[in-house]
Amino acid sequence: MDWIQILSNTVESILSPVTFAFVLASLGLAMHFGFAGLLNFGIAGFMAIGAYGYAISVLRFDLPWWGGMLVSIVAAIAFAILLGAPTLRLRGDYLAIVTIAAAEIARLLFLTNTFDDFTGSASGLFGYHDSFRAANPIPEGTYGFGPFTYSETDWWVRIFGLAVLAVVIWLLWALSRSPWGRVIKGIREDEDAVRALGKNVFAYKMQALIIGGVFGAMGGVIYALPSAVNPTVYVTSLTFFIWTALLLGGAATVFGPVLGSIIFWVLQAFLTNVLPALAQEGGILESLTSQQASTLRFILVGIGLMLIVIYRPQGIAGDKRELTFVK
Amino acid sequence: MSNSEPDKATGLHSGDAKPGVAKVDPILKASNVTRKFGGLTAVNVEHVEIPRGAITALIGPNGAGKTTFFNLLTGFDSPDSGTMEFNGKSLSGMRSHQIAKLGQVRTFQLTKALSLLTVLENMKLGATDQAGEKILGSLIPQIWRKQEAEIEKRAGELLERFKLYEKRDDFAASLSGGQRKLLEMARALMTNPTLVMLDEPMAGVNPALTESLLEHVLDLKKEGMTVLFVEHDMHMVRHIADWVIVMAEGEIVAEGPPDQVMKEQAVIDAYLGSHQETDLGVVTGRIEVSDDGEDK
Amino acid sequence: MSQPVVEIKDLYAGYLPGVNILNGANLYANEGELIGIIGPNGAGKSTLLKSMFGMVKIREGSIELNGENIIGLKANKLVAKGVGFVPQNNNVFPSLTIEENLQMGLYQAPSRFTERLEFVTEIFSELGKRLKQRAGSLSGGERQMVAMARALMMEPEVLLLDEPSAGLSPVRQDEAFIRVSDINKAGVTVIMVEQNARRCLQISDRGYVLDQGVDAVTGSGRELMDDPKVVELYLGNLGA
Repeated sequence: MDWIQILSNTVESILSPVTFAFVLASLGLAMHFGFAGLLNFGIAGFMAIGAYGYAISVLRFDLPWWGGMLVSIVAAIAFAILLGAPTLRLRGDYLAIVTIAAAEIARLLFLTNTFDDFTGSASGLFGYHDSFRAANPIPEGTYGFGPFTYSETDWWVRIFGLAVLAVVIWLLWALSRSPWGRVIKGIREDEDAVRALGKNVFAYKMQALIIGGVFGAMGGVIYALPSAVNPTVYVTSLTFFIWTALLLGGAATVFGPVLGSIIFWVLQAFLTNVLPALAQEGGILESLTSQQASTLRFILVGIGLMLIVIYRPQGIAGDKRELTFVK
Repeated sequence: MSNSEPDKATGLHSGDAKPGVAKVDPILKASNVTRKFGGLTAVNVEHVEIPRGAITALIGPNGAGKTTFFNLLTGFDSPDSGTMEFNGKSLSGMRSHQIAKLGQVRTFQLTKALSLLTVLENMKLGATDQAGEKILGSLIPQIWRKQEAEIEKRAGELLERFKLYEKRDDFAASLSGGQRKLLEMARALMTNPTLVMLDEPMAGVNPALTESLLEHVLDLKKEGMTVLFVEHDMHMVRHIADWVIVMAEGEIVAEGPPDQVMKEQAVIDAYLGSHQETDLGVVTGRIEVSDDGEDK
Repeated sequence: MSQPVVEIKDLYAGYLPGVNILNGANLYANEGELIGIIGPNGAGKSTLLKSMFGMVKIREGSIELNGENIIGLKANKLVAKGVGFVPQNNNVFPSLTIEENLQMGLYQAPSRFTERLEFVTEIFSELGKRLKQRAGSLSGGERQMVAMARALMMEPEVLLLDEPSAGLSPVRQDEAFIRVSDINKAGVTVIMVEQNARRCLQISDRGYVLDQGVDAVTGSGRELMDDPKVVELYLGNLGA
């Protein structure tokens, strides 16, 4: 068991674009659920829309990288309006059901052969990096220390990702402290009370859905930025991973999702390295192949999610009074 | 009686005091309003007018349709037919928050103090036309800071009046039931309403707190607001109501000043009961009635 | 002196960890008594009642039924021991008929149905005529009746009532109180929590005024009604 390698890989994942994408998506979900009480079980769908929106704009419509990102944002807004218009006036469970279905529909549309010209169907999309790389101000070379040693391209992606993250965190923080945030908190607890005070509850919920959706889409963009757009990524289990990260950190806070995502992803990296090594080494996991041992982590995620919801629904950073599912 | 009798408004109606009588200065009018749930007709009001600047009580047995009618008037439910007018403006098709913006505010039978917000935040939520509540405006504190300070000042004054000032930074969840009632009323006043609709404001409030709540309701009238409330507490009704409307089985069966209405036999039979003034200990035979009478 | 049917000593209890609603409350009820519990909101009246039915976490103190400790017993055991509970809300099964609701009350001893039905419909004559009606179509006051009748099906020794007059119109409230008195006269010890303090004390043999989780004042129903301090703090002057 090469512990040095395992630990090195684990620590490195903190600065990985995948982690950033996760944080962004969970911040989006925090806006939906933590702040507005909206049950969105299709956050993976927003990420897919963000990723595909970017890649398709750059590859098929020759837009520059920032044009692609704008398209992602607009597409996310449209998707949110599409989801919210029929469901936000109904009970929360309906939004939950609709979002699961919508995310799957989106994914299948991206997967189908019919739009192969645009989406690349099962192969996905790749090779859209030139425009973004051309904008890189860092001179060629390798920088960093220890596990954080990257090329200038890799650093560019990470710095950009961190910048987007900073903006999103600031937005969420500013909104939560404002009178708008106060109305949203009220809506989460009791819509009728807020209506009786003359506030248009539907409009507020839609705004929250849109904002969180845009955050999720940016997560999808950052995810795809250094690599490729692969339809097998944006499945329902991704949504539940993000829920786990959100609940782990604290759904109704601003830093909770950040904390939860980092811990979640670091744990994932650790387990992805450790479990196969354990299987090879012999001992508890001797009877499993490396492949099987690696997938064991999904079981552990599931168990972890259940334990959080039952025993500490407010997460690490949350306030127990705000989020208890057991009345 | 420990308090002096409040000044009752008189001369509110034009014509005989019977169901549907017109009012001299109505703030709210409703005609031919019906609401059915499946086969059951919950509300069937031919005509009713609520007098401006007075305190009107809406009483009646359970299932009479009072809360349903309330919900129709405030936009929390839509009628199957009929017209409703508030200050001359038609309410058809209007949603609850739009009606609230017109100057009507309502409270709920099950108090809706927002427990996860502090008392002060609850109050600030009540203020209308807040620039900071718009999504873009909220991101630029400079736009709403000044308004927020004014709102906070006004909220503080109201909280003082309702004796909740010390609790302003506590979560509303930590308030007792009676204090939550007060908070809901105070918060409703932040909207600067012209018509205050209270749905069973005394429900679950212990009798000693009732008196101070009543004083607050009377203050509303002194400040020029109109009050419409649903209640079962007849002592409250008799004490502060200028006008009483009685509903039964979805229809208005009687209207008039409290003393008059509460003497009508039909109202007594269906609603008040004949023991209003008697001691139930006597009625159930648990107490001997002495010669000079144990009756109240 | 024979032992009281129910005896609560020095009870500390609450719902959330670390927060006590009852802070050393005491109460006792002799056989055949009608006990009224009144007091301000948040005083712990309902909590005291619910603690007798195992619905609240007991931190300290004792609750005894005929000398036997009943803390920690589940509802089915309590019912079998003769304790009946009528909650304030959600007290009937709306999709079941009145008859079926009453059958639910007797599910531990179904063979006694006919006999108990006779007893219960004597007190609640209107129910007897409408046994096949769906409970969901009943008004609030009628549901109260069904809930009380259901609790009586198991022939309880002690009946616990949580605000039986809540939300009822004046005439129905009076009916409810008279009914409770009738039930008590038929031999059932009754402990009731009430918001309508005046009416409650008028029919109570003894009463407790609960304030901040302790029994602040106690005495006979009449004594409490005439006590000026009680009147000022809890009854209010409007009814006087």
